[in-house]
Amino acid sequence: MTDIVLRAENLCYVKKGKHILQNVNMVLRPSEIATLIGPNGAGKTTLVRLLLGLETPTSGSIIRQLGLRIGYVPQKVAIPNALPLRVRDFLALSGITDKQRIAAVLREMDVDKLSEQAVQQISGGEFQRVMLARALLNEPQLLILDEPAQGLDVIGQQALYEKISTIRDRHHCAVLMVSHDLHLVMAATDQVICLNTHVCCTGHPDDISAHPEYLKLFGDALDGLAVYAHHHDHEHDVHGNIVKADGSHVAQEDCRHD
Amino acid sequence: MTDSFVFDDFVVTALLAGIGVALAAGALGCVVVWRRMAYFGDTLAHAALLGVVLALSMQWLPVIGVVVIGVAVTSLLFLLERNRELSTDTLLGILSHSALAIGMLAIALLQSRLPTIDVMTILFGDILAVSQSELWTLLAGTLVVLVIFGSLWRKLVSLSCNEDLARVDGVAVARIKYIFMLLLAVVIAFAIKVVGVLLITALLIVPAACARLFSRSPQQMMLLATLFAVLSVLLGFGASLQWDLPTGPAIVAAAACLFAASRLLQREGV
Repeated sequence: MTDIVLRAENLCYVKKGKHILQNVNMVLRPSEIATLIGPNGAGKTTLVRLLLGLETPTSGSIIRQLGLRIGYVPQKVAIPNALPLRVRDFLALSGITDKQRIAAVLREMDVDKLSEQAVQQISGGEFQRVMLARALLNEPQLLILDEPAQGLDVIGQQALYEKISTIRDRHHCAVLMVSHDLHLVMAATDQVICLNTHVCCTGHPDDISAHPEYLKLFGDALDGLAVYAHHHDHEHDVHGNIVKADGSHVAQEDCRHD
Repeated sequence: MTDSFVFDDFVVTALLAGIGVALAAGALGCVVVWRRMAYFGDTLAHAALLGVVLALSMQWLPVIGVVVIGVAVTSLLFLLERNRELSTDTLLGILSHSALAIGMLAIALLQSRLPTIDVMTILFGDILAVSQSELWTLLAGTLVVLVIFGSLWRKLVSLSCNEDLARVDGVAVARIKYIFMLLLAVVIAFAIKVVGVLLITALLIVPAACARLFSRSPQQMMLLATLFAVLSVLLGFGASLQWDLPTGPAIVAAAACLFAASRLLQREGV
């Protein structure tokens, strides 16, 4: 068990009779970077919320390393304007109030100059780095980032991925990152998990140089990215039902209900 | 000589009661403003009318009746919110005014049995009628509320900022929200005597709104809000003695003047 940060077994999540997640299995190992991809509505954020303990699975189990410390950066954080909050107050709200520790993580994310500014007034990119700094406060063994690249241009995305690799190397934490891009993932990714209600496929991404068609299209802009070639043994019809490659429908294994 | 002594005595009692309520209302009001609970506060206040009637008919302390009804209304809101077809403000509107109406009906029905009930007093407060023993209960209750509030401070700010992050950081969000609601019900129960059920929400949100304009941190806002709340009580109380005005409305009007003044000051860049 010591070589596993987190393991999900046969996770099912049913909401209002709708199967959001079905028999999801996944394993995260120490210092591993995993990218969770899948179309809109595939259940990526739900899976993350289950792993964080923010929702309870309908069935299945999540086994966490004993005393696992998690750093979490949600997809969107709206902080009420009525709450006066400087960046350093925002970090201290985590419960870790040590001023030097707060200053250190802000410096690590190059946002130490923003310490005295109101969180509502910094830019989106700055706020994201503040969120990363906050997630690092408790020296996490697992960093969970929900669509961190959303809204960033290619340059911003590269800078972010570089930052995440550096964090992993320096803090030796596992990283689970959600991405909406189905084909291009961060190059340092060890494991890609393609989710569409169930896990469609998992694997290691290919080096970008193996895909000359991408290089031709985007050239150097793709530094730091890798291509993920899916290997599904099935497809989904418009209703999301599983269809085998030959077109025949598959009777889906239903979730066990408690 | 004796006359003036008695006068001073009940004025001092009233003033202390007002200051006690202001301290608690100012502090808790910040969380009400951050979490957009103004309408919820209004609902608790309106339901408090029913609570007072319940307490009088059962011969309980008014505080207990108000807290019991507060818990009932909050639980009802929780149940109704499960069905997502109606938004929370609609549900609060229904609960708030139903509770007020039922409270009025209860008073009308019980008037013959309980001649001491005065609707106007419950609606607009009667700070000068606070007795010595009521003052001690009020000050002790306020102290307890402030101590509990202080011990939950960081968690309350954290869940006001973002509930998901708070939960990941180990804050028992549902429990803390519930405790805060209880504290709010207690403060409202005490504030009935001072400003009455119709104006309580103002004492919660106006000082906090003033304080927001000058604050850079949650602590600053909380301290300034209590300061503005106490100032409103002092100014309103003074005005009511000077010009023989009803005290509750005078306190809320004073708070409103402070808000207008602070807005203007902020415009000037002071």
